[in-house]
Amino acid sequence: MSNEATLHSHHEVTHGAAAHDHGNGHDEHHHEDSFISKYVFSMDHKMIAKQFLITGIIWAIVGAGFSVLFRLQLAFPDSTFPFLESILGHWAKGGRITPEAYYALVTMHGTILVFFVLTAGLSGTFSNLLIPLQVGARDMASPFMNMLSYWFFFMASVVMTCSLFVQTGPASGGWTSYPPLSALGDASIGSKIGMDLWLTSMALFVVSQLLGGLNYISTILNMRTKGMSMTKLPLTIWSFFFTAILGVLSFPVLLSGFILLLFDRHAGTSFYLSELFVAGKALSNEGGSAILYQHLFWFLGHPEVYIIILPAMGMVSEVLAINSRKPIFGYLAMIGSLFAIAILAFLVWAHHMFVTGLNPFLGAFFVLLTLLIAVPSAIKVFNWLTTIWKGSIRFTPGALFSIGFVSTFISGGLTGIWLGNSSIDIHLHDTYFVIAHFHIVMGVSAFFGMFAGIYHWFPKLYGRYLNGTLGYIHFWITLVGAYCIFWPMHYEGMAGMPRRYYDYSNWESFKQFAELNKFISIVVFIVFATQLLFVFNFFYSIFKGRKLTTTNPWDATTLEWTTPIHPGHGNWPGEIPEVHRWAYDYSKDGKDFIPQTVPLGPDETAH
Amino acid sequence: MQAMSVQRKKIHPHKYSLWIAMGSITMMFIGFTSAYVVKRAQANWQVFDLPHIFWMSTAVILISSGTIQLAVKQFKQRNMQRYKQLITLTAALGVVFAACQCLGFSQLSQRGLPLSGPVSASFIYVIVGMHMLHVLGGVVALLIMFARAYRTRVRVYSAVPIEVASLYWHFVDVLWIYLLVFLSIAR
Repeated sequence: MSNEATLHSHHEVTHGAAAHDHGNGHDEHHHEDSFISKYVFSMDHKMIAKQFLITGIIWAIVGAGFSVLFRLQLAFPDSTFPFLESILGHWAKGGRITPEAYYALVTMHGTILVFFVLTAGLSGTFSNLLIPLQVGARDMASPFMNMLSYWFFFMASVVMTCSLFVQTGPASGGWTSYPPLSALGDASIGSKIGMDLWLTSMALFVVSQLLGGLNYISTILNMRTKGMSMTKLPLTIWSFFFTAILGVLSFPVLLSGFILLLFDRHAGTSFYLSELFVAGKALSNEGGSAILYQHLFWFLGHPEVYIIILPAMGMVSEVLAINSRKPIFGYLAMIGSLFAIAILAFLVWAHHMFVTGLNPFLGAFFVLLTLLIAVPSAIKVFNWLTTIWKGSIRFTPGALFSIGFVSTFISGGLTGIWLGNSSIDIHLHDTYFVIAHFHIVMGVSAFFGMFAGIYHWFPKLYGRYLNGTLGYIHFWITLVGAYCIFWPMHYEGMAGMPRRYYDYSNWESFKQFAELNKFISIVVFIVFATQLLFVFNFFYSIFKGRKLTTTNPWDATTLEWTTPIHPGHGNWPGEIPEVHRWAYDYSKDGKDFIPQTVPLGPDETAH
Repeated sequence: MQAMSVQRKKIHPHKYSLWIAMGSITMMFIGFTSAYVVKRAQANWQVFDLPHIFWMSTAVILISSGTIQLAVKQFKQRNMQRYKQLITLTAALGVVFAACQCLGFSQLSQRGLPLSGPVSASFIYVIVGMHMLHVLGGVVALLIMFARAYRTRVRVYSAVPIEVASLYWHFVDVLWIYLLVFLSIAR
């Protein structure tokens, strides 16, 4: 009941038309939603979550498909594949990807996966789905802004898609878009209109993230149901909370960097440009600093990796506790470490810039702060392991992906300690070691967290289960495949093999890796095909999956499972349940689990 | 009803969202001003005086903060005629503020400091220009409020929208003072 007052009071002021949608959940189906308002311009957080998820899946296929294409080039630099010409046209004349196309593919692979899939697709989906359901709210603080958040993301997607099809191709200066390559249209063909579209798309994306983030924070802080104190929240909500704070505080800084870049591109300013020659011609720009952009970019860029990984951490904590039938180990330590990571995220950006001529004395502080992140990360790993320790584990696909997440987070995180040291970084920067590190720790791990979330909450999204057998196949091939892809890259990187090269066969020192590159690429093709299997499972199960017969399929304690199998807009048909206990009462007092809505017994104390 | 009255004491979600949004906008300007600081520490930094008209625009935006505060007061007392006059006045002052900033830009460029000139001047255009856009955003919000005040079919009794608008208005005011002080000191 407690949210209803807020919902009503803000309906009359903002969008009166939608008011009858949420406030009175008692008679939620008294009106017919039109197709447009239900499936397209929906203000229901659950539908918006599905929109984010499906858009994210489409982008994931495109982004990962790009990696398949450039891995084809890396594995077989001398061969030609006529089918490439038929899909890429003049970008693959004679069946061999051109160098320009290779850079475009690499750049778009990074941009799409970091921003569109692992930011929008991951936190967009699950923050939208779980925040109102798990805190006990009928919808977001502002459903309208929430809808705008998706549609800004959609517009960003449209603009980015357009950039793929322009004559000079999409942006190709790397996903970080460093100037001067990104600031001078004449610098490369990917720096022309493709770069402008990239910047436009990213600006729209930032707006989408800000609108979403504002909503997530204000919903978590203001719209919790009666009894749901902050320390009774599931860890998923805490992780979405810190993710949103990171986004809201760091994306604007990225935007400021982009604005200066746009001025450099089109208004003749020299924020990032100084004393440059392009094609033998001296430019008049003077007094700019390309490093300035790197500061602004990485001030977002580093928090961004936590924006990607924190939601995965939260979901994994939840899925592991449920499937171990044990309370999460160290609930407060989990929140504390999320908090510590969120703070440190803002203080370590320069570790991406150790070799830019950064003062080594200053670098020492960034090394220290970077290595400090190992402490909260280790706390989290320890707590996940102790959560499943001696649990009665149910190996559902969601649980397996969660365990897989812990595994990849450890093995990818440890190499972070190497790279965080400025002296080792001198050798390892811009090599495949870096590629291996961040792909395992934020790429694969975040995907595993996302898969865990999808397998676990699919019943809530669609009222059906995903196919388990396909899920197990998906998990094992992906886990083994991911390690087969990225472990050898550490080895290549330590040998000094640089990233972003088109063809290594001309280098005496890197020729020796030709067979290894072939091996990696073949695994990539297999893993990619397995992801398509998952996509098939996903869409097939929406329509034909095994139907849910109970509202609480995993015997979980949290509020989302107290809603009907197909909750309407407003989530609970009656009053919003009141919360009496924390979210992790598993295997307590001889009971398998006690939902959050059950009042404390006479001999119980609040957790 | 008990629960509802407890809820009423809480800060309204829209005001809350605005506070977070203000934090976010602040971060963008912190981004700009830190870039300014980093750049200033490097070679070839050209120093010049800010256009004097910026002091005039400061006075304008300070007055407009006063008028919107009065507008909130009039709204709560249901003096809708005065309320409409005051938000119109505030919006007009916002436009005057933007005009003053544009005049400042043309003065700068007449002094041989165009947008594409030295980086120190480019920064002025970008920072002041971005702030001006935020003020104009506030003007648009006030125009919407104005249109709403004329609706006869739906009467709005909630003071939240005008409170949110005035909070934002004070914010861009304070933001301008910060930027002016910053740009005057860190030259």
